Amino acid sequence: MDVLWGTGASLTVREVSAQLTERDLAHTTVMTVLDRLAKKGFARRERDGRAWRYRPSATREAYVTELMLTALEQTGDRSAALARFAKSVSGAEASVLRGALEEIEGSGGG
Amino acid sequence: MTGPADAALLAAVAIGSVRGSAALGAARWPRRSPGAAILLWQALGLAGGLAAVGALMEIGVPPGAASVANGVTRVASSAASGRLFTTGQSALPVFLRLISLVMGLALLAQLCSVLVASSAMVIRARRRQRALLALLARGDPKAPGALVVDYPAAAAYCLPGLRSRIVVSVGALDLLRPAELAAVLAHERAHLRERHDLVVLPFTALRRAFGWSRICADAHQSVALLIEMLADDRALRARPARALAGALARFGTAGCTENAPAGALAVSGAAHEGEMAARVTRIMTPAPPLAYAVRLSIVCAATVIVVVPVAVLLLPN
Repeated sequence: MDVLWGTGASLTVREVSAQLTERDLAHTTVMTVLDRLAKKGFARRERDGRAWRYRPSATREAYVTELMLTALEQTGDRSAALARFAKSVSGAEASVLRGALEEIEGSGGG
Repeated sequence: MTGPADAALLAAVAIGSVRGSAALGAARWPRRSPGAAILLWQALGLAGGLAAVGALMEIGVPPGAASVANGVTRVASSAASGRLFTTGQSALPVFLRLISLVMGLALLAQLCSVLVASSAMVIRARRRQRALLALLARGDPKAPGALVVDYPAAAAYCLPGLRSRIVVSVGALDLLRPAELAAVLAHERAHLRERHDLVVLPFTALRRAFGWSRICADAHQSVALLIEMLADDRALRARPARALAGALARFGTAGCTENAPAGALAVSGAAHEGEMAARVTRIMTPAPPLAYAVRLSIVCAATVIVVVPVAVLLLPN
């Protein structure tokens, strides 16, 4: 997937394999991986003669944002799927936390 | 004794569990022994649901039925043979009884379906998270056992399930000192090990189904906070209090500059306010847990609360 993100254009299986020289992968392995990425919706593929060309459906940043938005969501249903360590706070509570932090750091430098 | 006596008893249990939930939500002691309090919340929720469904159905079944199940079968068979309004004589008109029975069945169906719907949604969201993590996350020696995602804001969470994951953002790695990060990971591991997600799930479903109900919203919020406190306690077994409290304080204050739109917090309401501060205060100046005898009596009370409606519904008369 990083190879697809690395180039702006769409790539054939052969071109992806060529860029993965440091990992000696079989042509069919790369083909299977790309096919799976397409099935999951991460890559789009189009016919080009006898070969398929693959390109990413969205940028890496867009996927990171989707991942983290679910994680940082303050309320809502999707947040039930995972458990977050902490919520961000504001106003009076933030100053309580800052006070606690000063106290913690003052008491021995953590 | 199917009939008025049972229906009255079940109605009393249903009302009692609503009253009990309100009292438990307002009480201070749950913070001292979150595990016992969560057990009580579960008992109240289960008993309340069972008793409400049971009371409606007890009113609905014809007098003389050996049990609720038997009564429903009799009503169904008389309806099938078209003799619904000629069977038996009752103080309540047959029509009102039927309404009560249908309401009971509808409530039961709704409770079951929201639980299934919530679980399905959670499973879907987790599958998507796993697929995204497989593409985007990497391991990092700074956070052993966790996946790291390149994201500037501080975030740490766990993805429960059979193939569970702990995820931290690069922002969190930058924000926290090593000891604090270790405390965060211990907290998340406690969530995963004890499957805290399964505890919260029914309360999330209840809140989704009855969003208008203050009690359901409060119950969900209380249980969610108690679960965090329980995981804090587990982390404190192996990690120093200062590290965990420091991580919480840093997370809470880092967020208020980077994300946390004011509206999101305002929506969550005033009771939400202070949860983070409560956790930090609780870690730094811990109150002693409830005495063993007190906790034991809470467990007994939780058992009785659930056993009474189950016994009324299941035992033959």
